[in-house]
Amino acid sequence: MSAQSSVATATPADASGSGRDKGSPVGTEAKSARPALTGTGAVHRLGLLREIPVGEARVYAVGDAQIAVFRLRGDTLRAVDAVCPHAGGPLADGQADAGVVICPLHAHVFSLATGESTSGAPPIGCYPVRLAVDGTIELTL
Amino acid sequence: MTITENVPGTSTAASAASTVPASAGVVPAQRAHGRTPAGGRERLVVVGNGMAGMRAVEEILARHGGDLFDITVFGDEPYGNYNRILLSNVLAGADTEDEIFLNTPEWYAENGIRLRAGARVTGLDRYARVVTIEDGAVAPYDKLIIATGSRSFIPPIKGLAGPDGRLPGGVFAFRTIDDCRAMIGFAEGRRTAAVIGGGLLGLEAARGLQTYGLEVHVIDAAPTLMNQQLCAEAGGILRRGVEELGITVHPGARTAQILLADDETGHETDDQTGGDAGGGTGESAGLGRAVGLEFADGSRLDVDMIVVAAGIRPNVDIGLRGGLTVERGIVTDDQMRSVDDPDIYVVGECAQHRGQVYGLVAPLWEQATVLAEHITGSDLDAAYHGSKTATKLKVAGVAVAAMGLKDAEHPDDEVVRFVEPRRGVYKSVIIRDGKLVGATLLGDTAKSASLIQAFDNGLPLPDERLQLLFDIGLPAAEVGAAEMADDAQVCNCNGVSKGKIVACVKGGMKTVPGVMNATRAGKGCGSCKLLVKEIVEWAADGEVEEDLSANWYVPGVPLDKPALMAAVRERNLRSVSAVFAALAPDGKEDAASKMALTSLLRIVWGSDFIDERDGRFINDRVHANIQKDGTFSVVPMIAGGVTSPDELRRIADVAEKYDVPMVKITGGQRIDLLGVRKEDLPKVWADLDMPSGHAYGKSFRTVKTCVGKDFCRFGVGDSTALGVAIEQRYHGLESPGKLKLAVNGCPRNCAEGLIKDVGVVAIDGGRWEIYIGGAGGAHVRKGDLLATVGSPEEVMMLTGRFLQYYRENAKWLERTYTFVPRVGIEKIRAVIVDDAEGIAADLDARIQESIDAYVDPWLEREQPATAGQFRTSLPLITLPQVPVR
Ligand SMILES: Cc1cc2nc3c(=O)[nH]c(=O)nc-3n(C[C@H](O)[C@H](O)[C@H](O)COP(=O)(O)OP(=O)(O)OC[C@H]3O[C@@H](n4cnc5c(N)ncnc54)[C@H](O)[C@@H]3O)c2cc1C
Ligand code: HEM
Ligand code: SF4
Ligand code: FES
Repeated sequence: MSAQSSVATATPADASGSGRDKGSPVGTEAKSARPALTGTGAVHRLGLLREIPVGEARVYAVGDAQIAVFRLRGDTLRAVDAVCPHAGGPLADGQADAGVVICPLHAHVFSLATGESTSGAPPIGCYPVRLAVDGTIELTL
Repeated sequence: MTITENVPGTSTAASAASTVPASAGVVPAQRAHGRTPAGGRERLVVVGNGMAGMRAVEEILARHGGDLFDITVFGDEPYGNYNRILLSNVLAGADTEDEIFLNTPEWYAENGIRLRAGARVTGLDRYARVVTIEDGAVAPYDKLIIATGSRSFIPPIKGLAGPDGRLPGGVFAFRTIDDCRAMIGFAEGRRTAAVIGGGLLGLEAARGLQTYGLEVHVIDAAPTLMNQQLCAEAGGILRRGVEELGITVHPGARTAQILLADDETGHETDDQTGGDAGGGTGESAGLGRAVGLEFADGSRLDVDMIVVAAGIRPNVDIGLRGGLTVERGIVTDDQMRSVDDPDIYVVGECAQHRGQVYGLVAPLWEQATVLAEHITGSDLDAAYHGSKTATKLKVAGVAVAAMGLKDAEHPDDEVVRFVEPRRGVYKSVIIRDGKLVGATLLGDTAKSASLIQAFDNGLPLPDERLQLLFDIGLPAAEVGAAEMADDAQVCNCNGVSKGKIVACVKGGMKTVPGVMNATRAGKGCGSCKLLVKEIVEWAADGEVEEDLSANWYVPGVPLDKPALMAAVRERNLRSVSAVFAALAPDGKEDAASKMALTSLLRIVWGSDFIDERDGRFINDRVHANIQKDGTFSVVPMIAGGVTSPDELRRIADVAEKYDVPMVKITGGQRIDLLGVRKEDLPKVWADLDMPSGHAYGKSFRTVKTCVGKDFCRFGVGDSTALGVAIEQRYHGLESPGKLKLAVNGCPRNCAEGLIKDVGVVAIDGGRWEIYIGGAGGAHVRKGDLLATVGSPEEVMMLTGRFLQYYRENAKWLERTYTFVPRVGIEKIRAVIVDDAEGIAADLDARIQESIDAYVDPWLEREQPATAGQFRTSLPLITLPQVPVR
């Protein structure tokens, strides 16, 4: 994996990194993403960009985790938990824009960059994801 | 401002957080000792996160209290602060839960306040100056505010409550959001309800419960409704008004006991879209389930649920624990401090001031202001002298306003009364020494604002007393707004004066909703909204700006529907992304707008629409209805409800082959296969080999038909043939809301045509009636007669023309039952039947285009529209997760 060679950049790293890497429950501050899955920082090659239609998401099982990868208009990528924390809805079936996804079951709204919910649901986890030069989606978990 | 900036060296992480779980350490450890905390600020602890407590905190902050105090709020309810008054509206479905929140978690964080929501305070040690939380944690204070409010009073009726105070199944109090949720969750599918208590709250509960289709009885031990506020005569008139709404009143009824049955598990739901499951469930807590009431005279009333609205009792436990003087409430002085402890303030319904305990919000605002003036030292002489209270009933259809005395008490009291029982109007005023000391308005409350002012402020009254009851010769509105004194209170719920509203307008806010949000005027019970609007209009000198966003078709594009459609046509915008790029502010896309735009573009462009799949809701991406576990329901088209053995056989085979957990006959005369996995959808469609029934979109769904004249001995028209023809012609067309139709063979109406979006009824002589705008769901409405015509062909044509008119003119998600009354049946008849606007031919042509552009979406089984269209979105979860029937 080469850090310089990304075609499209997907960099929610700042936001998703904060809660997770420190892994500390001190971060109960209103503004931090949920410390979701404490991963090893391993990079997973999920599949090719063309598997995801523009503006939609597809889900990948990565070990025990289910990750929804969104391909936003403009080809930015976002990776978040696939399961809605409200009542288990499939977030990849939700409608998204450059900022948020709306869960298809009860319309809770989540930021794709920070995982926070603007409608009062618990936050979802966000994960660094990028596109490698060969068109492969690379997820860090 | 946050606490961390002001308290150097203290633990930082927790202090900025808005909601910390109750079990987390309550206060940073080093600050739990000593009288003077670090940073020089005193510790202010507020017990009770309700309307009075938070208003007091807001008033304190407004007086720079944030610099003086380090504030911690404990609240038993696990939420931010909400407007309790509006629970009546939530129950009646007029407001949503979100709309009634007053302070969000962000607000607490922004103001540096620690909120411990869901943390009940159980102890007070005045000598150690600490309060104890339920989980054993302690919080030290320098100043304490007790604002614990009240709880519902549960009368000592046998069976109404268990020994520990818990309620049996089907019995509800009406005080909190959770109560409200539990009632709503339980009411679904029940038939009858009794409300114990005929006061303000009881009547509001009764009216709210009717929303769920319940037959409601009000059981009132007193002889008159609203006994506290109304005299016997007015109470009688109110009773008639209430009974006209369909509520049965049992006055003077003494309930001897509640009849209980053994526990019943769960409650049935049969709507395939699933009901809302809020919080509580009305579960029985092992006490059984209420099935009725038995009265003192031995008679009984069978009911499915009981709501107790028999008054309130102040929550005074903390006062008792701390050894404060407690009578009905915790006794306070004029500064709202406990008479026993100058560091403990008491505010709201738990406070007793000069012998009075209040149960309305207006007095709380006054108390909160005095408290804040005093505690911050802004005005150490501030004193509360008690409030005069006025009451309004928030029940649509019966207007009641009452204040002060309900009857004359002295021989010299002057009474002016006007009674018109036939119209349900009763007005009376009671005057003593030239001052208004009581007033009751029933049926017509137009004069309530000016009476409340006269009552509150002891204003001089007009010599001609009749003017108190009627506007005589004056064009009331503008003059009213102009002539009101600046300090006259407009919103009694939130204590907003005319002066504040005017200042807000002068400060640049020129929209009515904007002013309402900024000042909170009109955000309580809402009865002053009209007056607020008049004042804003008057203050803005005719420069009122409309809050335009209310008319936008979608939130993300600032245009109403006609303007949006014109812009789309003019600028040739054929895709959702093109619309955002051209018309949205900064070209910004908006997820919540996409589905509605997709629908609109399809209506405008037909087959020339550029379909972007991300513009569709999941149901329209995979042509099936998503279920609670992420599986889908599949409903093949069965036009007019007429099927064949061969189709039934295929449906049965599919159900077996794909392990379909439930096969259900729907209300729309079709068969629903529930719990189909996304991956299986294309295969299921192929095996069914039937067209889509469109049971998932905002579109034309189905035509119900009755047996009709070929078989039925009453039938006068071939309802099945016509229903099938209508469904085959129009099915699947997108529309702003769902469309469900019906055709009946005679006026007996077996297919329920009178409560459909379009309902057709055959009548004698080969003629057909067409009804539009009916509804038989959560909202029930009989359709309006559009026309009576002589042939099925005319029915088909007028139906199509109306559908196209609705498609082009209704707001997003506006069903015909709202659209038709909004536009007016006369106007619609003029356009559709008489072609008054000369657009009939265009409407016919455009709906024909849409019909021509229609393709059965289930054909996508052969050629998926996008990569992975039918890939599961929950790969590690075994679906379906529903019980197999
Ligand atoms: C359905 C309904 C309709 C109403 N309509 C009107 C109306 O139209 N007009 C009007 O003027 N008034 C109306 N009222 C009354 C009005 O809501 C109350 O007067 C007002 O809410 C009282 O405010 P409060 O702060 O004293 O009490 P509350 O708003 O009840 O707040 C008290 C809070 O303290 C919490 N608490 C209690 N004990 C503890 C403890 N030990 N530890 C921690 N927290 C605790 C409670 O959970 C509660 O959240 C209505 C009330 C209801 C229920
Ligand atoms: C569009 C609005 C909403 C709809 C249609 C809706 C619908 C539903 C449905 C169908 C369920 C049951 C889910 C299941 O059992 O799998 C549910 C559960 C729940 N909803 Fe909602 N909901 C909505 C909004 C909300 C909001 C705004 C809140 C909170 C403020 C909320 C709180 C809950 C809670 C707490 C549950 C879980 C209840 C339980 O099972 O104990 N819902 N909702
Ligand atoms: S509506 Fe009339 S024609 Fe149709 S089934 Fe009923 S009785 Fe028969
Ligand atoms: S499951 Fe996502 S909002 Fe309910």
